[in-house]
Amino acid sequence: MSLANDLYRETILDHYHNPRNQGQLENPTVEVEGVNPLCGDELTLYLDIDNDKVNNVAIKGKGCSINTASASMMSEAIKGESIEEAHKIINLFKEMMLSKEDMAAMPDDLEELEALRGVRNYPVRIKCALLPWNTLLEGINGIKSGNIAHGKTIKPHTVTTE
Amino acid sequence: MLDVDKIRKDFPILKRKINGKPLVYFDNAATSQKPQSVINAITHYYEYYNANIHRGVHTLSEEATEAYESSRSKVRNFIGAKETKEIIFTRNATEAINLVAYSWARQHVLPGDEIVLSPAEHHSNFVPWQILAQERGAKLVFLDLDAEGIVDLNSAAKIIGPKTKLLTITQMSNVLGTIMPVAQLAEMAHKQGAIVLVDGAQSLPHLPVDMQKLGADFFAFSFHKMLGPTGVGVLWGKASTLESMPPFLSGGDMISSVWRDKVTFNSLPWRFEAGTPNIADVIGSGAAITYLQALGMENVHKYEQELTEYALAKLSQIDNLAVYGTHDVNKRGGLISFNMAGIHPHDLGQILSESGICIRVGHHCCQPLMRDLNVSGTARASFYVYNTKEEIDSMVEALKEAQKVLGHVACK
Repeated sequence: MSLANDLYRETILDHYHNPRNQGQLENPTVEVEGVNPLCGDELTLYLDIDNDKVNNVAIKGKGCSINTASASMMSEAIKGESIEEAHKIINLFKEMMLSKEDMAAMPDDLEELEALRGVRNYPVRIKCALLPWNTLLEGINGIKSGNIAHGKTIKPHTVTTE
Repeated sequence: MLDVDKIRKDFPILKRKINGKPLVYFDNAATSQKPQSVINAITHYYEYYNANIHRGVHTLSEEATEAYESSRSKVRNFIGAKETKEIIFTRNATEAINLVAYSWARQHVLPGDEIVLSPAEHHSNFVPWQILAQERGAKLVFLDLDAEGIVDLNSAAKIIGPKTKLLTITQMSNVLGTIMPVAQLAEMAHKQGAIVLVDGAQSLPHLPVDMQKLGADFFAFSFHKMLGPTGVGVLWGKASTLESMPPFLSGGDMISSVWRDKVTFNSLPWRFEAGTPNIADVIGSGAAITYLQALGMENVHKYEQELTEYALAKLSQIDNLAVYGTHDVNKRGGLISFNMAGIHPHDLGQILSESGICIRVGHHCCQPLMRDLNVSGTARASFYVYNTKEEIDSMVEALKEAQKVLGHVACK
């Protein structure tokens, strides 16, 4: 099955079957819900942020393999990074998924995210891969703009493929 | 019995290959494919007698009007309505239900009144009532489903009471495939003086349905699920009820006379068909009825029961696969929702698509029911007259393949 080479490659299946950073945080700086109404992917993202650094991240959710794997990889990519660096990673990832031209390879430390590049060939699945990232973006933007009190939940976010 | 080989030749799309494999179309509950006769009826209108209806005195307009109105007569005959004026063309079943919600219900539903419905309603027969109830201070009251996914009549007898103003229910669930006991429920509702709306979007394409036996006051359906084009639905209503209702949409064609300071409205059914209607597709819908009547709805139903029985038997041989709703083909139609342990429906749909098999995955516009079932979605295969047992075999093979690619998480 050609799909197995493309969409269901080993890295994706590994993260789907053993998603990293699952669960929830006791006292998160921010808690954001993401919902993809078309396919029913749902996730809650918990971020522990201190001094502009993502100290800890946890994800609770129900989703397809692409969504689950993408969230799992994202959590590993941003844990321990500064907010600024997290922004850069989000932008790189979104560019890889959405830009018309094929983007250059991801830097070495983000190599694993390359596994999701194949999702580009399945337009309806791109939003499954993007949901965790757009949810993260809403979470850190909320903190940056100072709109969010400590530990407050942000309303469910409806993901788009912008 | 149906001659399926012959039927398949009438559907040009079935010649298509997907990823080099023959198209297996099992998403009929979302929309059906169209036979050549329906496609021809639409192109013939545009190529030969395209004109607006009801107003012109020229030849083309007369021909178009006659074709449009003859579709209405075909609908009357197909569903066993008493009069053609009881057939209102809308854009789809959703608009037909909204017509009732805006025109009838906003005249009759008062604070404290109850609107009774099943938990298996499509959003189209749920959200309009939720909005109405909130606006009017009325209450939505849900019937119970039994273990087979059919409305429980014993508890319904307690739920339907003097406060019930409207009972609104699907005749066939678009998720569970179950056929609801509409006639018995309608009898209970009528005893309480309530009005009954039946959503026939899933049932009418597949079962013989007769307005004189159904017990409904309103019946809504859509042609694109029954071999016709998109963009045409129907609201059937009892003439006496429709006569008493104010217009829903207003403008051209629905008027009798207009002055600077007043207006009188057209008679039924045109009072509820404001503006230029979807002429071509209404004519195409007439061709769809002709096609189905030539097959015979009893034959359609029997053939789909045969396919469903075959599919249920095959699916039950797959490990870790759960089918929702009753397995009794006398109580269900030809649509089957299922899940495989550890595999998200989205992934299933994708892998089947690689083999040229089209199924629907997701919540099927029934999120309250999905929450009741405690799933985020299901995979759904739905059959029609052109499907075959061989196609079901292909799906079963692809499901086993999906299990190989993705499924071992279930064994953890």
